[in-house]
Amino acid sequence: MDIWLFYLFALVIVGASLGVIGQRSPMHSVLFLILSFGALAALYVQLDSPFAAVAQIIIYAGAIMVLFLFVVMLLNASHEDDDPGARAPVPVGVKVSGCLLALLLLVELTWALTRVGRPAVEKDAASADSVSSVHEIGRVLFTDYAFAFEVTSVLILVAMIGAVVLAKRKV
Amino acid sequence: MLTDFQAIMPILIVTLSAIVTMVAEAFQPKQERAPLAGFGVIGLIGAAAASVLLWGYDKTGFGVVRADNFSLFVNLIVIAVGLLTILFSPQVIERERIPPGEYYALTLFAVVGMMLMAAATDLLLLFLALEVLSLAVYVLTGIRRAQFQSAEAAFKYFLLGAFSSAFFLYGVALTYAIVGSTRLEEIAATLAVSDQAPDGLVLVAMGLLAVGFAFKISAVPFHMWAPDAYQGAPTLVTGFMATGVKAAAFAAFLRVFLSSFHTLHDSWAPMLWLVAVATMILGTVVGVVQANAKRMLAYSSVAHAGYLLVGLIVGTRVGEAATLFYLAAYAVSTLGAFAVVAVLATEEHPHDRVQDFAGLWESRPGLAALMTVFLLSLGGFPPLAGFVGKWYIFSAAIDAGYVWLAIVGVLTSVISVFFYLRIVVMMYMSDERALVPTPAITRSAVAGLTLALVAVFYLGLLPTHAIELALTSVQGMF
Repeated sequence: MDIWLFYLFALVIVGASLGVIGQRSPMHSVLFLILSFGALAALYVQLDSPFAAVAQIIIYAGAIMVLFLFVVMLLNASHEDDDPGARAPVPVGVKVSGCLLALLLLVELTWALTRVGRPAVEKDAASADSVSSVHEIGRVLFTDYAFAFEVTSVLILVAMIGAVVLAKRKV
Repeated sequence: MLTDFQAIMPILIVTLSAIVTMVAEAFQPKQERAPLAGFGVIGLIGAAAASVLLWGYDKTGFGVVRADNFSLFVNLIVIAVGLLTILFSPQVIERERIPPGEYYALTLFAVVGMMLMAAATDLLLLFLALEVLSLAVYVLTGIRRAQFQSAEAAFKYFLLGAFSSAFFLYGVALTYAIVGSTRLEEIAATLAVSDQAPDGLVLVAMGLLAVGFAFKISAVPFHMWAPDAYQGAPTLVTGFMATGVKAAAFAAFLRVFLSSFHTLHDSWAPMLWLVAVATMILGTVVGVVQANAKRMLAYSSVAHAGYLLVGLIVGTRVGEAATLFYLAAYAVSTLGAFAVVAVLATEEHPHDRVQDFAGLWESRPGLAALMTVFLLSLGGFPPLAGFVGKWYIFSAAIDAGYVWLAIVGVLTSVISVFFYLRIVVMMYMSDERALVPTPAITRSAVAGLTLALVAVFYLGLLPTHAIELALTSVQGMF
């Protein structure tokens, strides 16, 4: 049962991702991306990490995608074809070498993934529980990773200053 | 608790001065200009003092920030870089109408990121430090929003930088999957125990981390962003990027690869060997044909990344110390050269083409002489800082048996002299006169240039003290 669910969601992710790059209208691409993120959240649930799943839905499928939608609507980029640059014909040489590169990457990845041994993951239930529970994430965040947590606040401050500097109407 | 705060004291001081700068700008009365640069200078000098006081104590803060002599040495380099940048800035800010509060705050935050990168002993914290530093520098690159070139440079730098961060993060994730920890000492302990041939996954993780670092130090083939970003950014920011970011990234590169992955030296050394040779050759050869001084200095900084990589590949104590010394010598020379370009620019004319330097000897003899000293130091002429740095790094390579690396390094240095001398020849021997007006320079810029000049001569003539400091700073680190 589990494995079939995994395949189902994996298929949805791959299909939706293809949809993202295959659509002509940016709006449809964004909607496909939401679908892909949602299915990914389902995979997280299967991996016994509800926190990651909820964070995935709230942050990615929720906040970030809403932002995307807003940008797409505000820019009014209804169709990729409206952009004259997008219609320029792609030379055959570029197409062929692109496909070859993709093929090479595929072979390489398959080779690497089949050759590489699986990492030794501890299977005992206690450690799996301790990793996934919200309680435990909170404990680790404010003890072992307290300093990293504080540094994150500096990072966000820098990002805020940067956004203001770059987007402010009048300097 | 006290030790924790002592260890992060230099970082804390600079962070506070950055926040003070920002707040002071927001609350200053209209028509009155707060001495914003002063806060930065005070903070950086305070951080330098704290670093000197911590020297030799090897304190660890919060389990993840290590204030050993290595990170303190790097602190001093990046503080010097930040200080010089701030000293050169007032004139440029005035001319380009850059918002001063944000400019200084971002510069100081970038210094915070650099210091954290050198001190972090946890891959997660290292990533955060890298992002603090990168975000600040992306914004500084694009801070002249009205200019098309600046925006383009910032955008390119940002996209490729985000891409490389993803590589780095993937490397961290894989390392965590193998070891079960992101602490450098635990990674080293786990990898040292397994005595059989390294697992494929370890190599993949290491390679991904190396890609992330190679991007930040602009090593070939991850250098594509450098010329465009360096040309489009405000000249001073370019100098800051080329020296500070490189120093911090190299410090982290050294720490990660020589402490955590030291047992795998045989696996990563050949890979980096190729990268170093390609970086040295491409940086030099492409640099020869550049007509823009900033672009030329960008390729020169790519080539210098190659020389610095030699010290890392050698992997001996002397090699590490040589890398640190070279970072210091390279930082003052490069920053000085960029500063001369920056102070010569006017609002209408950027003064960054090589022809613009024609006859500078007659109009501005002092600046021409300074530029000559900085360029000759970069080219490796005795008795300047760059010469000692190169000599030290190549002799370390020969001692460790990397003769070919040293040969490639010396050959490319000789070629690189050609493009450094092109500007010098332009300044002194050209019959043409570049009829561009040159502005008056501020006192703080004069002070900064003097400091850089003194540093170049000090490191070149009396290098013993600095070399000993570098040697003690790598003792007992790995």
